[in-house]
Formats: sequence, structure tokens, C-alpha cells
Amino acid sequence: MSQVNRLSQGGRIDRSHQLHFTFNGKPYVGYAGDTLASALLANGVDIVNRSFKYSRPRGIVAAGAEEPNAVVQLGASEAAQVPNVRATQQALYEGLTARSTNGWPNVQRDLMGMVGKLGGTFMPPGFYYKTFMAPASLWMTYEKYIRKGAGLGRSPAEPDPDIYDHLNQHCDVLVIGAGPAGLAAARTAARSGARVILCDEQETMGGSLLGSRERIDEAPAAKWVDRVLDELGSRDNVTLLPRTTANGYHDHNFVTLHERRTEHLADSAPTFGSRRQVRSRLHRVRARQVVLATGAHERPLVYANNDVPGNLLAGAVSTYIRRYGVVPGRKLVLSATNDHAYRAALDWHEAGREVVAIVDARANPKGDLVAKAQSLGIRIITQSAVIEAKGAERVSGARVAKIDAKLFSVIGKVEELACDTLASSGGYSPVIHLASHTGTRPTWRDDILGFVPGEVKGLTPAGGAHGIYALNDVIRDGAEAGVRATQAAGIDADTDTPALPKVAARQDGEACALYQVPHEKQTMRAPKQFVDLQNDVTAAGIELATREGFESIEHVKRYTAMGFGTDQGKLGNINGMAIAARCLKRSIPEVGTTVFRPNYTPVTFGAIVGRHCRDLFDPERYTALHQWHVEHGAEFEDVGQWKRPWYFPRTVNGKQESMHEAVARECLAVREGVGILDASTLGKIDIQGPDAREFLGRVYTNKWAKLAPGRVRYGLMCKDDGMLMDDGTTSCLGENHFLMTTTTGGAAGVLEWLELWHQTEWPELQVYFNSVTDHWATMTVTGPDARKLLAEVTDIDLDKEQFKFMDWREGTVAGVPARVFRISFTGELAFEINVQANYAMHVWKTLFEHGKKYDLTPYGTETMHVLRAEKGLIIVDQDTDGSVTPEDLGMQWAIGYDKPFSWIGKRALSRPDTRRTDRKQFVGLKPKDPKVVLEEGAQIVFDPKQSIPMVMVGHVTSSYYSPSLGHGFALAVVKGGHERMGDTVYLPMADGMVHEAEIVSPVFVDPKGERQHV
Amino acid sequence: MFHIYCPYCEEHREEEEFHPKGQAHIQRPEDPEACSDEAWGDYLFFRDNPRGVHHELWVHAVGCRKFFNITRHTVSYEILETYKMGEQPTITAQNLPGKDKQSGVQAASGGWQTVGARPESEALNDASNQGARV
Repeated sequence: MSQVNRLSQGGRIDRSHQLHFTFNGKPYVGYAGDTLASALLANGVDIVNRSFKYSRPRGIVAAGAEEPNAVVQLGASEAAQVPNVRATQQALYEGLTARSTNGWPNVQRDLMGMVGKLGGTFMPPGFYYKTFMAPASLWMTYEKYIRKGAGLGRSPAEPDPDIYDHLNQHCDVLVIGAGPAGLAAARTAARSGARVILCDEQETMGGSLLGSRERIDEAPAAKWVDRVLDELGSRDNVTLLPRTTANGYHDHNFVTLHERRTEHLADSAPTFGSRRQVRSRLHRVRARQVVLATGAHERPLVYANNDVPGNLLAGAVSTYIRRYGVVPGRKLVLSATNDHAYRAALDWHEAGREVVAIVDARANPKGDLVAKAQSLGIRIITQSAVIEAKGAERVSGARVAKIDAKLFSVIGKVEELACDTLASSGGYSPVIHLASHTGTRPTWRDDILGFVPGEVKGLTPAGGAHGIYALNDVIRDGAEAGVRATQAAGIDADTDTPALPKVAARQDGEACALYQVPHEKQTMRAPKQFVDLQNDVTAAGIELATREGFESIEHVKRYTAMGFGTDQGKLGNINGMAIAARCLKRSIPEVGTTVFRPNYTPVTFGAIVGRHCRDLFDPERYTALHQWHVEHGAEFEDVGQWKRPWYFPRTVNGKQESMHEAVARECLAVREGVGILDASTLGKIDIQGPDAREFLGRVYTNKWAKLAPGRVRYGLMCKDDGMLMDDGTTSCLGENHFLMTTTTGGAAGVLEWLELWHQTEWPELQVYFNSVTDHWATMTVTGPDARKLLAEVTDIDLDKEQFKFMDWREGTVAGVPARVFRISFTGELAFEINVQANYAMHVWKTLFEHGKKYDLTPYGTETMHVLRAEKGLIIVDQDTDGSVTPEDLGMQWAIGYDKPFSWIGKRALSRPDTRRTDRKQFVGLKPKDPKVVLEEGAQIVFDPKQSIPMVMVGHVTSSYYSPSLGHGFALAVVKGGHERMGDTVYLPMADGMVHEAEIVSPVFVDPKGERQHV
Repeated sequence: MFHIYCPYCEEHREEEEFHPKGQAHIQRPEDPEACSDEAWGDYLFFRDNPRGVHHELWVHAVGCRKFFNITRHTVSYEILETYKMGEQPTITAQNLPGKDKQSGVQAASGGWQTVGARPESEALNDASNQGARV
């Protein structure tokens, strides 16, 4: 197919460089410099998509980010699929493959279009909700087909081969948009020496000047663009980022820029040798000042059938002709409310095609461009508008009539003009999206008929972004914004008026306000007048919404879906508000605007994720012994960021043990021989200072006044509401020196907790905290043979009278300086050996050399859990949940009620709620059926025969099979459980089974605690 | 994402380095045992939620580990000042310049809590020691 709409000359394309591409399976040819949209128009492709709800054929409307229809799925291979790409923003490259996102089975013959045609009048806002509501269970079925008909692109099903980067950037002045205002601002800021970042979303910087008919310094405007870019490019203090969209404007001038580095080259980033280029970068910019030079979007007029392919924005028509050498039709009718739009007709005429008429809503248009059109003999129909487009798959005519915009009515006879293209312009809406991202409400200005950014600290709008449109004014405003931003950034700017380029001032007539064009029929009965093309929202839909009582614009938005999704109301919002205002008999500022949200245009997940994926998704922490665990076949468990050995399965008779088998073996080894655990992940906090002991007494529930050097104590830590937050042992290393251990997951939180109390409540206490978790490796040797094994490798006297339970000693282990703590989390004789982490592997291996004869067995966290549960020892946040007091746990022995200082949590323990006798209390559960292992989390009831919903009185917190006892057992919390020893409780399960269990003491093994004292 | 001036490090750092810790100037009663259950409940559970000026406790968690206070506007999210523990804010809902008040700033009922952290000495309230303005 030839490029029927391509001009033989003109435009910023390279006609000597052909590019082949495929759209919906058909091959086409375009030129270097094209966007996918300009190439499609050049090839005469009218229908690029089907609409979201009614499945109406849709064509290209705009030339930039505001394009609502030409949203395509990009990618030749599965792995390279990218949804939601605007064809107007996608540079053409050799081999580009794109498909419409909507249309089933295809855009030309669309089955859903039948639904739209037949059901169109019956598909008001809320149609899907109202129609497919009942029965609710079938929604999933309906949805599948609705989605298929109304798809919005899909994500790739294969891994992305590309890599993406994040960059943290700082600058004095960030200029967003490289049109005339942005270029002028960046240049003045750069000349002052400020660090400047200039970003622009298009392939080439220059914005409107790239397709402008205006002249700067008596040369085409694009020459001035080149000069400014040359100057900026030569400066070290300037970073130019083309193909970079500022997508989100966040608090304190934090702006996210999405730089597409290779998306204009190929589906996936090119490789150099074995190295793949970075596909895109997300710049996280902290700017002292931001200049918002994002320009304005043209507003289409809302008339009947304004969605038929061939309806374009006036400015887009100019852009396609002047920048891409493409005239998207043969016969043009222009419907306008302002002088600026006349450029479309002039460009069309100069391209040698027929301008049927300019239909101007103003009674007496005056201005330089109007005069030019008149002098060319173009017919101008005043005080009129196109009220309806004719045609189905392409515009075939325009119905034009005299209108009264104020009375909202057609006041003359309708004339029908034959044409294939209808351009419209209802004025301009400043692109204020970014300024609104932080929640600042924009301000309506009657003189420019648009919203301008509200006041945002650190942000200076320039040019079209705040309603300044004449080129000479835009450049001056941009330069001044550059000065203001530079000064606000604390840099001495040259305050002399910067030398401005010469631009011939143009006389423009005043624009008139027109949004929805009246039709002979009432809005509800007229052919569809589209407001939001992407979401298929019509003027009638908004009218209906206001009639049904949706008066707030935010509610109208949600009811109709106006401005939703990837569109974010770029074309339709102001028109929609104007229609809502008309229906509600209010002014536009009274109706107000909805909130724009990041992102301005879609950002790929790859760019958002950057390098934080796969191995780098989350940091992993390894103990000093990790490599040994890997080599010995450990299965690992994640505990916080730590990788801890879960269990060590052995291969027995060529078959690897199951977890159950491995854990049973490991448990018995500890109970009957000796086992070893890598406990290095336990949090360790070194506490020093003359008031360290006093401090401990305030943050722990129990007493610390008399703990002598060489002794260890278990402590409970509560929040001030009396609920347990952490537990662990603390050892007295010296009179003013303690070592606190915390749970593995609680280490960072406990340190912050200690600092909080010290810094905010008791700064007078002389005490200092330091995390030493990573400095020390901890190896727990436990079991009846533990002493015999350790004695072989240490110089510490292990005599049970010299080195008692809850003592610690300093000495050497395997020739290495060590601290050995006699504490037990298994209930057996146990020694926790602490050595400097870098000696740990040596010590561990030495223990195994000597441990061979005792069958020293490494065990993991699962066995640790079973062994401690058999002893009724809690794990904070498993057996507790932030609503459990030490008394609920039956740990009155660890509460120092008579301590002089009212320690953290004490006062709360005498509140009425904590004194209730029916609080959930910590108990053991013994299932009546010894084979049963109760489910953790299972709910407990006293009476299984009651009707549902049953009164739940507690739940299982830990549950295991005990190899030593030969039956299942559990820990639980039960209302008033401490007084219910021996009672039977019931656990109804989801499958109808009801388990019975007896409430018992939580200590199942060695209730007198004799084994750990041997 | 906030850009926060740490009054101890004396420089602006990214929010990722900090943890918010709730309302500032909540003082633990000197003698908890003398408190009524209701007073203790107020101390434990009840916090202001003003539209406007709010004094907050933050910690430079992965920086200097120091706790400090931020006066923040809950509508604009502007940080009006940061100041060290034991110091008092210079900007409050009562003395905020009029222009900002008109832009939707309201004092919480009862204003900001006047109990404050106990200054180590009155000198901490001297102008020379006041928190850095940002």
C-alpha cells in the first residue's frame, strides 16, 4: 500500500529512509522521523481501534500524549509485549509490530460493535453494573466476555529480556517541557550557572515550534530551537533528557521522570556484544525548583458523532502536515472558536487540498489569521458550528448550523457540507496535571477559558501551562520563569531582562466559550456526542448522571468513568465539567475539577521496578555459617530478611527424608544425644553506661537490680499498653555493661524502641545502645551430651556447680575467644557459644570434628520450634499477637510489681480490661486423638453443638507432632484458660470435622525443668 | 516523598531514611500509678488529627538514629520546621502567618498539645537553640 496521504515535500521526516512496519497483521511503509500515528495516517488507515464500551470504530484524533483512541499493543514477540502505547508517541522503527487493543475478532469487523449498535441506546452509564449485577455469582462469567470485548491491552506472558535503571538526581532547576517556554526558561537558568535538567516527552525537543508556521529572528522557528539546544548541550551544568516524560510530581519537588532510551529503536533494547543497553531509566529527581512548561492541550468540540474516524483536533491536523508531511484527508471542514485553530485550514490549503469551510462560533471573527484565510478565499461561516458529523467508518460530511451558545440552541437552518475530515478546536486547556498531583486545586480563569495551576511551592508555571499562548509572550514568560526559579533556588540570576528573540507579534481576536455544541434534538435524543473518547463517555451520559443525583464532579466522574484510566482526562475533562455545569445550572469553577493523579502517561512495570527484581528484589541476610548449611543440604526458611536453615534432610537408603522425618530425627537427637543450631540471627544489643541497669529495669517487666556479672536473665518487654512486644535474655557482662538478645525479627524494632525511650523520656540516663547482631555468631550446643562435647574444645570449667544454668563464662572455644551462655531454648542442657563472626566457621567445623562420636546433629528452625513448644516456651508474634499480657501468658514470675520505677507496661496491667478474668490465656492443648495435629489458627469453642456463628473462645497458636511424646500437641489461647485445666474444648474445622482437646499445662516435657539443670 | 532536614545531621535527606513515630510532645505522666484509668487511656490511645499544623515525632532511622520533631502542614504536606528533642516549636497553629491560615489551615480542637517534652533547661528554648527553619 502506498502512502496516499504523504506530501511530496515538507515535514521533519527522512524520505530516503524507509521503515517497514506491521499494524494488525498488515505490512506498511513509513519514514524515519514518523510516529506510528503519522505513518498510519500517511497510509490512509482510518480505523485504529474500537471503542471501549460501544465498540465504535475510532481513528486518530490527536498528535501527542492526549491521544485517546490510538492506544496500541506493541511488540513482535511475546516477551516484548507492551500495552497502552499511544501511537502518537511511538517513534516508528524498522520492524515495528503493533495491534489494536480493542476489537474482537478485529477492528474492521467487530462483533461487539453489534452490541454497541443494538444496545447503544440502552447502554447508559452504570449499564454493566445495572445489567450484570444479579446474580452476583455470575459476574465472574460475564466479566470474562465483557473484558474480551473491551480489552485494554495485555501484559506479556514471558519474562522481559530488558534491563531498567533507577537514577537519583538532584538539580537546581528542573524544566519540564522543551517547547518555546521551556527552552527559554532552561536557557536563562543555565546561563546563571544553575544545575538544570530539561526533559521533554517527545522524540525531538522543540514542542509546538517543530510544526509551527511562525518565525523567530526572521528564520523558521525550528532554527531557534536548534540554536538553543546547541547552547544547552554545550554546557556542563545542563542535562538534556529527550523522550523523557515527567510522570509524577510528588511532595517537596520530587519528580519522577521516565526516560525511554531504546523504545524508538526496536522491540527490545539493542545489545553490544554480550551487553544489553538499558531500555529505560526512571530518574528520581529532587529539584530545588521546577518550571512547568508543559504547554496546553487543544479541546475538541463536542458535537454529534464526533468520534467517527476523520474527526481530528485542529492542531493535530497542522502538526501532521507541517511536521510529518501527512495530510490526513482530501476535504476539510474546520469548526473553531478561536483564531489559533485557523492554522489547520491554512496548512491544509497550502498543502494543496480543499478547505470546504471554516465554521466559526464567533459572530465577527477578527485577527491576522482570519484575514489570511479570507484573503485566500476560504469560506468562513460565522456564528455557527458543526453540529453533527456524517459517516460511519469515515467522515463523509458535516451538518452545519447557526447556533446560540448561551441559549444552547440551534437557531438557523442546517446546511450539509461534503467533506472527509472534520477538524475542531474549542480552545486550549493548560496541561496542569503535574501541578495537581500533590493535591493542589487549579484555578479557573474566564479570560483564557481554562484552569491554571494553583499555587505550588517550588513550582513556576511558564507559557501555555498557565494560559499564555502568543509565541512572543510565551518566550518572554519562559525566560522570566527561568530567572524566578533560579533565584528561588538560591542562585544569583542575571536579573536584566534576557535578550529575547524577535517574534512578529500576531493580532488574535478574542475566543468564545463553546464546549458541547447544541443539536436540533435534545442531548438525550441526538446522536452520541462524545466527551471522553477513551472511556466512551457521552454528553448524554453526563446529563443522565446529573439527573440521577450525581452533583459533585467527583461523583459524576466515577459514575460515568470520565477521565479514568490511562487517559486521565486530557481531552475530555473540561468539556465534561462544562456539560455538568450546564446541567446543574452552575459555573465551571463552581463545579470544579477532578483530581489528576500520577502517572501522566502509563509507565511500564519494568521502569518502575528497575533493578529491584529477581535476586535483587529484597536483600537477603546470611549468617557466617551459611555456606556450611548450603553444602549440607539444608532447606531454608525466610525469617525477616534472614535465610535460616529450616531442617537438614538426610538421604537414607537413597531416599531423601521428608520434613516430618528429618524433624523427628533432629528432635530425638537433641533429647537423647546432642544437636547444634545456628542461632546467629538472634538480635544482639550491646548496652553500656552507668545507668544501663536502671534502664533495663524500666523497659523490662522483671527485676535487674541484683543481676551480677556472669549471670543471665530472661526478660519480657511490654509496650506501655501492657502487651508483650519482645522477649529474650540479657546478660550482665560487667557492672555497667549488658548484652541484650532479641527475637530475630524484632532486633531493629527493639533497638529503635530503646532509643525512643532514652531520647524522648529519659535523656538524663547515661546509657548507650549498639547493635552487635552481625558481629557475633551464635552456636547452640544442646542435649545430654552437650557438656562432654564442649569440654573437648574449651578451657572454660563446665562443672555444673561452677557454671550453672543461667550463667555465662568467657574463655576460648576451639582456640578462639568466646562467650558461652548456659541458657536453654530446648529444655535440655545447652550452651550458646558466641564467637566473633569471622571465626564461626572454624569453631563450627571443630565442633563437628569432635562431635562425630556423639553423632552431633545439626538442626533447623522447625526442630527448634517443636522443642521449645514442648517446653511451653513462647515465640513472640506467633503465640502472641499484640493483645497478650505477661499475665495472660502465666508469667507472673517475670513481673516485678514492686519495682520502684513504674516500668513500661506496668500501669496498664491494672486497667479494668487487663484485669478481666475471661481474657484469652495461654495454655497447652492435648488432642484426644493422639494422631491429630491441630491446625495452627484453628478456632476453639466450648460447645460444639451450638448454632453457627459459634462463640469462639480462643485459637491454636502453635501445633506440632512431638516425636518424644509420640502424639500431637498444641499451644493455644483460651478465654479464662488458666482456670480451665482439664476441661475439654472443641475445634470445628472447615470440612465439618470437630476435634476434641483437653486443656493442659503448656509445659509438655520435663515440667520440673530438671534436664536443663544437669 | 518528603525531603526532611535532620536537625542533628544538619542536612536534608530523603524520607526513606526516616520513620514517622506519631504525634510529638506526648509526655508519659510522671507518676503513672497516680493516673486515673481514663487519664492513662488518653495518654496511651488518643491522638490529635488536625487539618493544618501538626507536630510529629520522627526518627532518622538509617541515619544518625536520633529522634526529633517535625512541624508539618497536613494539607500541603509542607514541613514548616524541624527541631531537636527537648525543644519547643516556633511555628504553631496559633502563630502561623495569616495567609497560610486562609488556605485551609485550622487548629485541632485544643490546638497542639502544650505539655511538650521536658526541656533539659530553659536555655533550650532560647532563640539560638531553636530548630532549623526549612
